[in-house]
Amino acid sequence: MTTIQDVPRPVRPAAAARPVAPTLPRHLLSAGDLSRAGAELILDTAERIDQAIAGREVRKLPTLRGRTVVNLFFEDSTRTRISFELAAKRLSADVINFSAKGSSVSKGESLKDTAWTLQAMGADAVVCRHSASGAPQQLSAWVDGHVVNAGDGTHEHPTQALLDAFTLRRHLGALDGRRIVVVGDVLHSRVARSNVLLLSTLGARVTLVAPPTLVPVGVDAWPADVSYDLDAALTGADAVMMLRVQRERMSGSFFPTAREYSRGYGLDERRRALLLPHSIVMHPGPMNRGMEITPGVADGANSVIVEQVANGVTVRMAVLYLLLSGEMNGGM
Amino acid sequence: MAVGTGSGWDRPGRLVALPVDHPLRTVQRGGKGGLLEVPARPAQASQSGAVPAVEATAGGVIPSSVRPISDPDAPQILTEILGAAQIGRVIDRIAHQILERNGELPVVLLGIPTRGVHLARRLGERLTAFTDRPTPVGSLDITLYRDDLRRRPPRALEETRIPAGGVDDAIVVLVDDVLYSGRTIRAALDALRDQGRPAVVQLAVLVDRGHRQLPIRADYVGKNIPTAFGDDVAVRLIEIDGTDSVELARAVPTRDTITGPTGERTP
Repeated sequence: MTTIQDVPRPVRPAAAARPVAPTLPRHLLSAGDLSRAGAELILDTAERIDQAIAGREVRKLPTLRGRTVVNLFFEDSTRTRISFELAAKRLSADVINFSAKGSSVSKGESLKDTAWTLQAMGADAVVCRHSASGAPQQLSAWVDGHVVNAGDGTHEHPTQALLDAFTLRRHLGALDGRRIVVVGDVLHSRVARSNVLLLSTLGARVTLVAPPTLVPVGVDAWPADVSYDLDAALTGADAVMMLRVQRERMSGSFFPTAREYSRGYGLDERRRALLLPHSIVMHPGPMNRGMEITPGVADGANSVIVEQVANGVTVRMAVLYLLLSGEMNGGM
Repeated sequence: MAVGTGSGWDRPGRLVALPVDHPLRTVQRGGKGGLLEVPARPAQASQSGAVPAVEATAGGVIPSSVRPISDPDAPQILTEILGAAQIGRVIDRIAHQILERNGELPVVLLGIPTRGVHLARRLGERLTAFTDRPTPVGSLDITLYRDDLRRRPPRALEETRIPAGGVDDAIVVLVDDVLYSGRTIRAALDALRDQGRPAVVQLAVLVDRGHRQLPIRADYVGKNIPTAFGDDVAVRLIEIDGTDSVELARAVPTRDTITGPTGERTP
């Protein structure tokens, strides 16, 4: 007799047909956690996603349907929050925006209680920005979902580094041996930290240029060169990344006047001419026009600042896709 | 139709040797035990008798005593189904069928990565040669539209390249190497819908190995290969594998090859 047990049933294979070899960490907390293969996987995936939705009327993919992404922003942000929100929505995930203002945090709720609330609501991914360095790391111990660091204090901002690397790769090709100059407030910049870690992982040579007062202690342990002379560093560089002078994090006086900073470390037309013809000018935004960068350069021919914002959405889509797919298989 | 070793197990109407004391056994004194058509039944039953059970297969007779118990490295019987010359002829035939069906109307070929893309390109070359007008060929990655993304480790995405004319109001022929569960094509139809609104969508595959899980059917089939769940159809193309061939790896039948884990889609 043919019983129900005997009827051939299609069963999912134990081994995936095409698994992705490089493994990513469960949470994206630091650009330093990414191996070269892992970082390249994210960038390649972003490239493919861009290709898949280029020129389409409906720029939406069904990939993360039914998943919940919480944007947990304890610090002000325009482009990062909107970028993450757009990325999650383009992948059809449900997005909940949570900002410290107007929430129970202003009533004194702790990060841990907030994390437990999110946990109880079943967030698949938590995108966290916090003014305290290491807050996303703490959060990752309290929630089951994947935590993505969207900037923590003066520590790291890994997705910004990924989108910068993506932009650089589009214009320069492979980053091996490319010389990238990062200029400005390195001391307070999480963008600089993440970029130094990621770009050196990808084979680029990074030169940090800043006034001595804005160079952090222990910078000699970073995989980067340090210079105080912007003109010398810019000569022959493949790309220059200007950092914002973070007035809100400056308690003391790190330089005498804005004008003096601008003379020494601002990017103007004369300095841009020192770059190679193919070199690009980047800025993570928001810009202090006239301080670290002149409007002429910011809107000039080699500037990719607007493109960086567009690439941010694609790169964050890649990060969310790679973190959130394959969960039932035991995560990544 | 060649019924393989894996598929005959629980099917009615196959030949088995019955145990000596079986009620259906024909009385045949002094003989070795007659073969008789009986309804299907659990495989173990045939092993319980005193007479060694044998399995009638297309490839020969395998005594039940040597059947391996569920083993990932279970021995496989490899058979080449199509060689390089035959693949070339199959592609020529499908190209002619596409022309026959669509007449003078231009078609857009979209290959599903990875091997479907190369098949689409070859089909496009044949169509261009037969009609003297260029055939647009592109590729359509379906990874982001799969229904098993949560169950599997993340996959690397492949290239999506829609030909310049787009797919709106066009006759689109999707091209893939192996048609199996139909889930890939389901995903491809979803992906295609997001690219535009084709007038007609048709499907061309090099191999149809059966076992559909969705109501999907190919319009152009290179070769129908009846398979069991434990079998594996390997399509190799020069562009990727250095050789053109379609091989069928028949799993030596065990209970697991009928109900156990199998490949959903050949890599």
